Amino acid sequence: MRQLTHILEKEVKDFFVTPIAYIVIAIFLIVTGWFFFSTFFLYNQASLRNFFNLLPLIFAFVIPAITMRLFAEELSRGSYELLMTMPVTFGDIIVGKFLAGVVMTAAMLAPTLAYPISVSFLGQLDWGPVIGGYLGALLMGGAFSAIGLFASSITHNQIVAFIVGAAICFTLVLIDKMLFFIPESLLNGIQYLGTGFHFSNISKGVIDSRDLIYFFSIIIVGLYGTYLLLLRKE
Amino acid sequence: MIHVDNLTKFYDHFCAVDGISLDIRKGEILGLLGPNGAGKTTTLKMLTGYFRPSSGTITVKDLNIVEHPLEIKQMIGYLPESSPFYRDLLVYDYLNYIAKIRGIAPEERHERIKYLSELCGLNHVMHKSIAELSKGLNQRVGLAHAMMRDPEILILDEPTQGLDPNQIVEIRNIIRKIGEEKTVIFSTHILSEAEATCDRIVIINQGKIVADGGTETLKQSADSQAIIQITLANATFETIEQGLKSIDGVEAIEKLDDPAEGNLSVKLTCRSETDRREAIYQKIKATDWILLEFHQERQTLERIFRDLTRQLNKEN
Repeated sequence: MRQLTHILEKEVKDFFVTPIAYIVIAIFLIVTGWFFFSTFFLYNQASLRNFFNLLPLIFAFVIPAITMRLFAEELSRGSYELLMTMPVTFGDIIVGKFLAGVVMTAAMLAPTLAYPISVSFLGQLDWGPVIGGYLGALLMGGAFSAIGLFASSITHNQIVAFIVGAAICFTLVLIDKMLFFIPESLLNGIQYLGTGFHFSNISKGVIDSRDLIYFFSIIIVGLYGTYLLLLRKE
Repeated sequence: MIHVDNLTKFYDHFCAVDGISLDIRKGEILGLLGPNGAGKTTTLKMLTGYFRPSSGTITVKDLNIVEHPLEIKQMIGYLPESSPFYRDLLVYDYLNYIAKIRGIAPEERHERIKYLSELCGLNHVMHKSIAELSKGLNQRVGLAHAMMRDPEILILDEPTQGLDPNQIVEIRNIIRKIGEEKTVIFSTHILSEAEATCDRIVIINQGKIVADGGTETLKQSADSQAIIQITLANATFETIEQGLKSIDGVEAIEKLDDPAEGNLSVKLTCRSETDRREAIYQKIKATDWILLEFHQERQTLERIFRDLTRQLNKEN
């Protein structure tokens, strides 16, 4: 357990001593800030709904960019071997790196707290959906981090890791936007797979166990898949 | 201490290590020798628990490596072949991270890192990033990494690779110093290095052990032929050949390049069950040749190595 915190600490520190963190956070803030506020005044509503509607699509690209190096870099440099010959378990490594991804997502979301605060000055902001939205964003960040981690353990090429991770996340985001192609009998099942569907439930302020189960099951599947891939490398 | 039984490793269909059995005692310095691709690194990686053996068992202090990987990893310090570290970290931060993961108490960490940096000569680079270090310094960081938790077993994969001659001597001294109390296993393809540092040498070729023993025993066992070199004056090759061929046990006489005007050097290949030197000397004494040089070549480790590894490669 102590090893887990050391790995988490190191990964987060690594992220912030290299320029990646600042580049990713800056891009994220520019993109969300621009898309959100460019239409904000047209709606004339003190709500963050449009901001949260943007998040799944943007996360699908940004989070794999954060997580792509977690395993791919170690595999290409060979430091993975050093890590594995130290007294740490797979669980420590995988969960430590996964939590590092979640911490980075949180660090990226933190500056956006300025949006609800400034909006609340402009009108009556309902804080319920905002809190739900941030909780949902963290859950979605966790799910995408697990997918990104899995993609990163497939290959020792960070670009491949990014593309695979982004492709899986993107599919999950878009799948419930394509429902008109789908025969009626499969409709519910496919809709259940879509991230946007569950995220929009939570960001309305409705916290339903089905949505929580969805996000946690993606996290578990992603981490277990990572474990199986690492096991194969022995 | 370490007991390896019938260890085998397949990469898909390629057999990298083929049924190796070894017993390594505590306090032994064992050198693993072999040509490139012989399976040295694979064997070491299995000993560290990084690779899972395809079949066979490794037990360290009666603990099986597959069942108790963490306990064994705690006992082993490992220096990989191409010191792969986190390039963005400072040397101090890196060692500090290792100290944390290895479970060294916070109040002892600083002391331990200071001791290791002195032992490995890293004092002046502690605050440089690893990416800036030369190959030799990288190797020292690796050594400090391997010795972090004062391991009982030290596994080093080509520790002196890429170092300058002074550093090689230093590293050898460190290895010997550690080897007084610890078990050290290292691989190398520099033979003189193995000869100078090891108590015991294991030569592997194509995944199999072809020789195992102390340097002296290896030399003796491989001595099936004795080579004697003689330099004479006042003689011709024909007369020497006639004169010495008659001695029982001399199998071949070969003329070497003239060392100096009027002198003649010959190489005699003899069977080595009995010493032929006296008979040869008596023969020479009976003639009017002038004996300038007379010596029997000792088997060098290098020749043993070449004989053992080449022979096998030819068979396949």
